Amino acid sequence: MVDISRSPTESSGFSRKLAALIIIVYAVVTLIPITWIILTGFKSVTSSITYPPEVFFEPSLEGYVNLFTTRTRQSQEYLEALPPPETWYEELVRSREMVIAGPSKFFGRYANSLIIGFGATFLSVFLGALAAYAFSRFKIPLKDDLMFFILSTRMFPPIAVAVPIFIMYRKIGLGDTHLGMIILYTVVNLSLAVWLLKGFMDEIPREYEEAAMIDGYTRMGAFFKIVLPQATTGIAATAIFCMIFSWNEYAFAVLLTQFNAQTAPPFIPTIIGEGGQDWSAIGAGTTLFLIPVMIFTVVLRKHLLRGITFGAVRK
Amino acid sequence: MKKKILHKAKGLSDRAVAWIFITPTLLLLLAINIYPLIYAVSMSFTNFYANKLGKEIKWVGLKNYVKILGKEAIWERMQITASFMFWTLLLQAIIGLGLALLLNKKFKGNELLTTLIVLPMMLSPAVVGVFWTYLYNPQVGLFNYIVNFFYDFGPFDMIGSSTLAPWAIVIVDTWMWTPFTMLICLAGLRSIPNYLYEAAEVDRANRLQQFIYITLPSVLPFLLLALLFRGIENFKMFDMVVELTSGGPGSATELASIQLKREAFEKWKTGYSSAYAVILFVTIFGFGNVYVKVMNKIKDR
Repeated sequence: MVDISRSPTESSGFSRKLAALIIIVYAVVTLIPITWIILTGFKSVTSSITYPPEVFFEPSLEGYVNLFTTRTRQSQEYLEALPPPETWYEELVRSREMVIAGPSKFFGRYANSLIIGFGATFLSVFLGALAAYAFSRFKIPLKDDLMFFILSTRMFPPIAVAVPIFIMYRKIGLGDTHLGMIILYTVVNLSLAVWLLKGFMDEIPREYEEAAMIDGYTRMGAFFKIVLPQATTGIAATAIFCMIFSWNEYAFAVLLTQFNAQTAPPFIPTIIGEGGQDWSAIGAGTTLFLIPVMIFTVVLRKHLLRGITFGAVRK
Repeated sequence: MKKKILHKAKGLSDRAVAWIFITPTLLLLLAINIYPLIYAVSMSFTNFYANKLGKEIKWVGLKNYVKILGKEAIWERMQITASFMFWTLLLQAIIGLGLALLLNKKFKGNELLTTLIVLPMMLSPAVVGVFWTYLYNPQVGLFNYIVNFFYDFGPFDMIGSSTLAPWAIVIVDTWMWTPFTMLICLAGLRSIPNYLYEAAEVDRANRLQQFIYITLPSVLPFLLLALLFRGIENFKMFDMVVELTSGGPGSATELASIQLKREAFEKWKTGYSSAYAVILFVTIFGFGNVYVKVMNKIKDR
């Protein structure tokens, strides 16, 4: 018997179960690399380079200690002559016949990522909201062309504009500075911010502001007091997308910064131990770097589609 | 009546507000995006070297363009880029659409699983490149271990071998970006109204016919849109591949944008590399335009 009222989204129990099973298998497989790198962060250096790879291992914070410190190897006699270690991490380093020489650059690079990320996010969302409102509500000559122009700036390969920006920044003193990177990421984010926020603002009924303006608000006042609060969800989603982009960006960071304003992505690959790459420290650094983005993804899940397609597809 | 009241409202006119709101964005885009682009285009007609600022800049006309297009190397890089794009887009289209079709069957935990599957594409491509070098490590890599667990190939080196390295980057890109196609296809599937299937049931169309005549045509525009986005991104691909293989071994995975970076930031041939960038930009813009036209035609049908 064929059940006529049945639509394909309400398929039979068996095919639904099979679909669920395949999806679960895919999810598990696709999460293996991420899980593995997080686990590696909790391995000792020796255990990170054993074969076959160890799934069960004695957890160690060596990776995290190595991530945040620089160390020098010392002779047995030198180590014995030292006073006993005061902290657990000193003890851990000494047990590898080394002493801590100082902090590593990781903390500074992570802080740069935060400063530049937050700065660029704030600016792009603020400017984007203004422009989006104007595009959403007012008659603007060549509106569609301007909107497309804003979008098309996203298509340029970053390397194509990196050399001119490099020269320009050096001339006006913005090279390798936080401000320079904040401005740059703001510009890259603006196209996304304007397009997304326009979509969100289109959904807010005009009647709200019109009513407010009849009550004596100016247009500006109505925008800040009525429209912006209505658009909170959209603004938050847009902000997280801008933050993720700035947080993950690599090409500009590696080409335009060196010492002062370098962010974490160009730094993480350079974490090197004594015999090549220190995988447990890289695992630790990667974990600390990925966690904020993973949290953001869960927060964003309802708006993901809109964000990744610049609002071209809405649910 | 309403208009009159609005007209009397205090403060700046709407037109003034509009321009105040738009100008900062436009100015920033002009200064940081358009000016550098114009600069790059004008440099592409010179012999400028950014590391020799004192040197006189000479106008060389189309010489850079002729030189680049006449070189074997750029065609080789274009081929590498094209085959990278072909395989990643093909795999992501098939797997992404497949996953979307499965996820469209409502089952428990559907939303949680979708979120988990989406995770890889939110990560930093450069950092992803770094940790895949660990997974691909010929001595201790988990990837090699798992492959050998299922079929014993003996030791192999995904990154060090010039036949395997192109696949190494295809695998990582597919792992990372399949969720992108999946999400967009899923949106397409969910936009199909139920009455279409109901009508088909009445017409006694079987499952396969429903899939071919209803599901596929409805989801196709969404799939094409996803591939357009991915195509543009992968044509510009730089970060993940630089960290994973840095274009090697030899030039086996040296995509066009990686070669561009070498010319611009290692050899500092600014004039030459600007011409290269213009060529790449025109290529992607041209292909993109044709693609969009074809896409719109399919949509209209």
